[in-house]
Amino acid sequence: MEFIDYYKILVIDKNATADDIKKAYRKLARKFHPDINPNDKEAHKKFQQINEANEVLSDPEKRKKYDQYGKDWQHAEQFENQRQHRQGQETYTGGDFSGSDFSDFFESMFGGGAGYQQAKFRGHDLHAELHLQLTDVLKTHKQTLTINGKGIRITIPAGVENGQVIKLRGYGAPGVNGGPSGDLYITFLVEDHPNFKRVGHNLFVTVTLDLYTALLGGHTTIETLDGKVKMKVNPETQQGTKVRLKGKGLPIYKHEGHSGDLYVTYEVKLPTQLSDEQKALFTKLSQLK
Amino acid sequence: MQKEDMVPASVFCIRHNIELSFIHSLRQYDLIETVLKEEEIYLPVSVLPRLEKIVRLHFELDINLEGIETITHLLQRIEVMQEHINELTNRLKGFEG
Repeated sequence: MEFIDYYKILVIDKNATADDIKKAYRKLARKFHPDINPNDKEAHKKFQQINEANEVLSDPEKRKKYDQYGKDWQHAEQFENQRQHRQGQETYTGGDFSGSDFSDFFESMFGGGAGYQQAKFRGHDLHAELHLQLTDVLKTHKQTLTINGKGIRITIPAGVENGQVIKLRGYGAPGVNGGPSGDLYITFLVEDHPNFKRVGHNLFVTVTLDLYTALLGGHTTIETLDGKVKMKVNPETQQGTKVRLKGKGLPIYKHEGHSGDLYVTYEVKLPTQLSDEQKALFTKLSQLK
Repeated sequence: MQKEDMVPASVFCIRHNIELSFIHSLRQYDLIETVLKEEEIYLPVSVLPRLEKIVRLHFELDINLEGIETITHLLQRIEVMQEHINELTNRLKGFEG
């Protein structure tokens, strides 16, 4: 646990007046308030710090204690007596926070967060991230998430995009004074696949063909995300030839039974370490031109 | 719209400790949708999250209604652009490497 310089956080000097503190807080709060910076974790964190600094410095008693003991916060015994006088006191807090959003440093000095002055009708929204493999989006399935220690079973729709956000109404923080709970926003982070590239609901893959199959035609087996497919290769297939496997891409989000396509690019691999016989045959072939 | 899908504005104001005139001002600025029924203003439940955000911006951050109107407009634009960036990033990934 580190000492937190609340003056530095609010960008004011130690002799700042109550008015200076209020002005500094308002200015920074407007900049970093979560309502103005949705989905911005850094801004949220910064706002918590600003809120905490204001909580302490805008209260003359807390400010006095902070100024007196702040840097020596480890001398907990000295604070203990003062802490006991604090019970029941509620002070202004401009942010939409619960006590748990205060730092360990704050908890250590003041024994917990302050209460709300304003009644809140609805709990605040929560944000979570869910990491998925590309294969996880092939089928709609259910998964249990733990949000704030509570298990929530959610449905992951097939074809969900990387970065897509879904809202689960009522799964956010509980409301205050009987108000409804906030919402839970889940951002899906779909990992890149080592072989397949995704563009929307289409997939792209590169498949290597040996020279002989490319020249003379034949068959090759292609791995798709949901199994192997045997493909006919036309004779004289050129390097970079693209073929489309209809419906072998990813499922289209919210369009049950419809899928994108898989685009296969053939990469022709030339043989190496030729035997003398092979060299002779290729030489003969080259002379036929 | 069914009555159970709405909250009387007066109840909302009591809960948030704000004046009903604030709701009237928001109506004038077209910042929220309201329904007038039997001479009472009702708030559709769907507008409550937006309204609560406006209440926080106004009463906690001292932002006037002109400012809130601008902020909400810009936030909507950011949201659209964020979706667009996300879509382009995903498409770009397909052409990398």
